Amino acid sequence: MALLRCRGLRKEYAGAVVLDRLDLTVAEHQVVALIGASGSGKSTLLRCVNLLDDLDDGTVELDGEDISDPRVDADRVRRRIGMVFQAYNLFPHLSVLENITLAPRRVHRRARAEAEAQARELLDRVGLGDRADAYPDRLSGGQQQRVAIVRALANSPRLMLLDEVTSALDPELVGEVLAMIRDLKADGMTMVLATHEMGFAREVADEVCFLDAGRVVESGPPEQVLGEPTQPRTRQFLRRIIEAGRL
Amino acid sequence: MTVLDHIPSEAQLRRAAYRRRQTVYSVLVAASSTAALGTLLVVAVTGAPGWERVRRSFLDPEIAWDALPAVLAGLWLNVRLLVCCAAGALLLGLVIAVLRTLRGPIFFPVRALAAGYTYTFRGLPLIIVLYLLTLGVPGLRLQGMPPVLVLGGLALVLTYGGYLAEVFRAGIESVHPSQLAAARSLGLTYRQTMRHVVLPQAVRRVAPPLLNDVVALQKDVGLVSLAGPIDAVRAAQIATAQTFNYTPYVVAGVLFVLLAIPLIAVTDWVTLRSARRQSGGS
Repeated sequence: MALLRCRGLRKEYAGAVVLDRLDLTVAEHQVVALIGASGSGKSTLLRCVNLLDDLDDGTVELDGEDISDPRVDADRVRRRIGMVFQAYNLFPHLSVLENITLAPRRVHRRARAEAEAQARELLDRVGLGDRADAYPDRLSGGQQQRVAIVRALANSPRLMLLDEVTSALDPELVGEVLAMIRDLKADGMTMVLATHEMGFAREVADEVCFLDAGRVVESGPPEQVLGEPTQPRTRQFLRRIIEAGRL
Repeated sequence: MTVLDHIPSEAQLRRAAYRRRQTVYSVLVAASSTAALGTLLVVAVTGAPGWERVRRSFLDPEIAWDALPAVLAGLWLNVRLLVCCAAGALLLGLVIAVLRTLRGPIFFPVRALAAGYTYTFRGLPLIIVLYLLTLGVPGLRLQGMPPVLVLGGLALVLTYGGYLAEVFRAGIESVHPSQLAAARSLGLTYRQTMRHVVLPQAVRRVAPPLLNDVVALQKDVGLVSLAGPIDAVRAAQIATAQTFNYTPYVVAGVLFVLLAIPLIAVTDWVTLRSARRQSGGS
């Protein structure tokens, strides 16, 4: 059964069409990679799914519920969806532990001790147990991004949205974040990830969607979309990626 | 980095010796230029033809000593009023700033009121607010009218609340939208986002300008004496009228500066700390 189903999504910014009749279906435990040039609508799609941006048309269903209905409580929906951003967006005035426990304590009303125990366990699992009391500006980019992923996981989300989570990282730090996403897949987490890491998309994704001008131009198993693309625009995009040495 | 077993090179030793010589030279230059300027000032002031007369009417130690208790008693009123008014104005400013950020049609009247308030009280001279509240309001002869001191304090709170609201608002707007997106994506409501993510960062960022306004408030607190209460400046004025000598004013001035020094020091310290934090230090 589909966990997420987007139908005919449309989004405009200042007259420009960013999403254009876009359809996307994600099954439970499935990992879908969104690829495409900057401005093709990947980030906007993720923001619309998480209701951070309003749609101009179309519907988004999560677990069969139409969450794009304006009568739906957006805060309740977002609790079920974890989101990780390109620039980490950790809260600089809170320690690592406080960043992670903020939502469990304030949104889910868990006791402080319980939330902290859960956060420490998650941190230990990703090898950041000793940084629990550090502030974000004391961490490397890779560590910050891993904390951001843990922060999203602390809500026990049904679905994770990852928006180019390695694009701001130094090359030698990309690996540690990708390893964490690999582990999430092994745990059966449903994920939609916008990425420029074609090699990683090929390895981790069950399905790759190529976006261009706000539409899914081509989608399918990674070997097919990245190996034998049928659409000229997909081929053109991949050729440019190869020329840039990114594949 | 090896610190213990490092033997500095010949070139480094020469550089260190050169820097030491430069330091000594700089200190000597600073000391002599300060001494020269100081001497020049003293000579210019004390050599002025009217110096003796000015010294007698502004710097009479005996009159200063006699005026001190009254001026100090007045200053105590300034201090108490400052603490209450600063707390009130900070609270009012914060509330107004938050009200101005509320979205949605239900809050339109609240937003409009808050905006109207900041426009009005930033434009209105403090003295006029003081007169309206301390002379106008008691004229209504309502039951349970608070004393003039409270009304004067209210005028200060209303006027400074307008300025502080804008400082808070600037702080709120300086928090990057990505922080709001992160908080909302975690399921926090708008109010929780404000309370736990936006306001803590905003207040930290604008703490230096806020404290600067409190330093300014400290001087304006004395204006309530226009409505009757005897503060330090008013006490000095009374003492001056009794002795035909301006020394009490100098006494009050010195006391005001002494009172401001700790506040200014705290402001500088907070500014320094936030600058260091923003540049990535601890």
